[in-house]
Amino acid sequence: MEIITYVMSNLPLLAQLTLEHIALVVVAVGLACLTGVPIGIAITQNEQIARVVLYIASIVITIPSIALFGIMIPILSVIGHGIGYVPAVIAVLLYSQLPIIRNTYTAINNVSPALREAARGIGMTSTQRLRLVEVPLSVPIIMAGVRTAVVMNIGVMAIAAYIGAGGLGVLISRGISQSDPRQLIVGAIAVSLLAIVADGLLLALQKRLTPAGLQS
Amino acid sequence: MINIENLTKVFETGQDVVTAADHITMQVPEGEICVLLGPSGCGKTTTLKMVNRIVTPTSGRVLINGEDTTQQDTVTLRRNIGYVIQQIGLFPNMTIEENISIVPKLIGWGKSRYLKRASELLEMVAMDPAIFLKRYPNELSGGQQQRIGVIRALAADPPVMLMDEPFGAIDPINREVIQDEFLKLQRLLKKTIMFVSHDIDEAVKMASRIAIFREGRLVQYDTPDDLLSHPKNDFVKGFVGTDRALKRLQLVTVAEVLETEVTVVQMNDSLSQALVKMDGAGYERAIILVDDARRPIGYVTRSVAQANQGNCSKHYSNLRSVVRLEDNLRTVASKMFTHDATWLPCVNSEGILEGFVTQRGITRHLGATYKAVQ
Repeated sequence: MEIITYVMSNLPLLAQLTLEHIALVVVAVGLACLTGVPIGIAITQNEQIARVVLYIASIVITIPSIALFGIMIPILSVIGHGIGYVPAVIAVLLYSQLPIIRNTYTAINNVSPALREAARGIGMTSTQRLRLVEVPLSVPIIMAGVRTAVVMNIGVMAIAAYIGAGGLGVLISRGISQSDPRQLIVGAIAVSLLAIVADGLLLALQKRLTPAGLQS
Repeated sequence: MINIENLTKVFETGQDVVTAADHITMQVPEGEICVLLGPSGCGKTTTLKMVNRIVTPTSGRVLINGEDTTQQDTVTLRRNIGYVIQQIGLFPNMTIEENISIVPKLIGWGKSRYLKRASELLEMVAMDPAIFLKRYPNELSGGQQQRIGVIRALAADPPVMLMDEPFGAIDPINREVIQDEFLKLQRLLKKTIMFVSHDIDEAVKMASRIAIFREGRLVQYDTPDDLLSHPKNDFVKGFVGTDRALKRLQLVTVAEVLETEVTVVQMNDSLSQALVKMDGAGYERAIILVDDARRPIGYVTRSVAQANQGNCSKHYSNLRSVVRLEDNLRTVASKMFTHDATWLPCVNSEGILEGFVTQRGITRHLGATYKAVQ
């Protein structure tokens, strides 16, 4: 009951924090796509490099987020952004690389050899083959990687509140430091709901972006 | 016209050196289908793929209409060659229209031109453009997909086509239909085609010339009839099969062995007249009975004519079967076996008697080429 009263009387605050949270994740994952998808495409050309890149990306993802934020404080204070949204966005960008790069790489490699041979044989250059055949066919799997990244990082971003990035994590951190169960519960539920809704929306987007010929 | 000169491919993997194709030299005249035939690993597919450089030759060259393909840019070369593969390879993310139009688009045709071409091609293979242009490959049956694969290769009207076991993935019933359709199309379009197959029957049916490969070498390159009647060595003999005489039958039509001079009797002729006619024509056992329009209705046997009196109309046996001018001798032989007949009358499309075919006539025709060699 108290929780509902709390929510009702703090709607503007909740709205602002939610929007902050969404903005942080969207910017970070968006940038991650801009780096991750081209990297994923590039490493399909060379298996050795692919192995190295994927290995590095999977190590990065094992670093606990609070530790990563900690590492970035001294590094980024040199340019005056040790705390706040910059380290948060950079950390989430790094975490998103593995699902996006790996899914892109796997999807393109899994395009059937027959299609590749048909594309070569009828006279497509490698670029045309990527653009017209391999990437369109890989979109569903790449989107699945983006979805994974978004859902995971909505949670990571809640921790970013501790370095001053803002977002719904603020409610959780205040709830803990002020021993206020209302803020704590509202914050936790809000983050979870946001993750669920984001996953649903992105699934719908994934279906829309899947080429019609592949819908089963 | 395709000219292949000393085309060789050697694969070196670590210790092993494998010669997949060894100095292949052959010519495919314009407008003909050459079938590359042989067992697995014989080099037929490697040779085919060296023509459009999917496989890079180790040495030798390929000339298409006099131009050396090693000097050409690979991508331009391939856009000028139609390529059909066994797994079909239609792009699942594109509509049928987009699939067919892909090469014309790549070489810069205008939209209305390539759309018109796509409809034209679909009609050539009896698929309604209104229905099929907007469909996706996964909505089509295997046979339909393969037809689209073939017309995709024809879209930019290339002079040359390379086909790698194109009908291999289709069930045997549909395969026959598609082969017949393709031959009909080829009669119209007269492309120069190299076609890889491992099936001797398909080769005999489709080829103007067959090239038999073994372990990387071209063993024999002849017309189907020459290959079947004069196999060069034991390997070729074994490959074409011990029933090669029967296979040759399908290459000959009734028109080539027809006896056109035929004496007949009519309903009102008497049996004694029938005997006289039979003796006069030298027919040992029977004579054909026709109606007023010269349509065969039956036959009168010598034994019946000798043992009875009266008109033919009362003493004839029913026709067992007839053959047409365009039937091939394999069909004829089959009918002869089915109906236990040593001869069959031949009729045209109106049912009027054109002549007759005998077993002896067939064997004489097959034997004629053997004699020619000696």
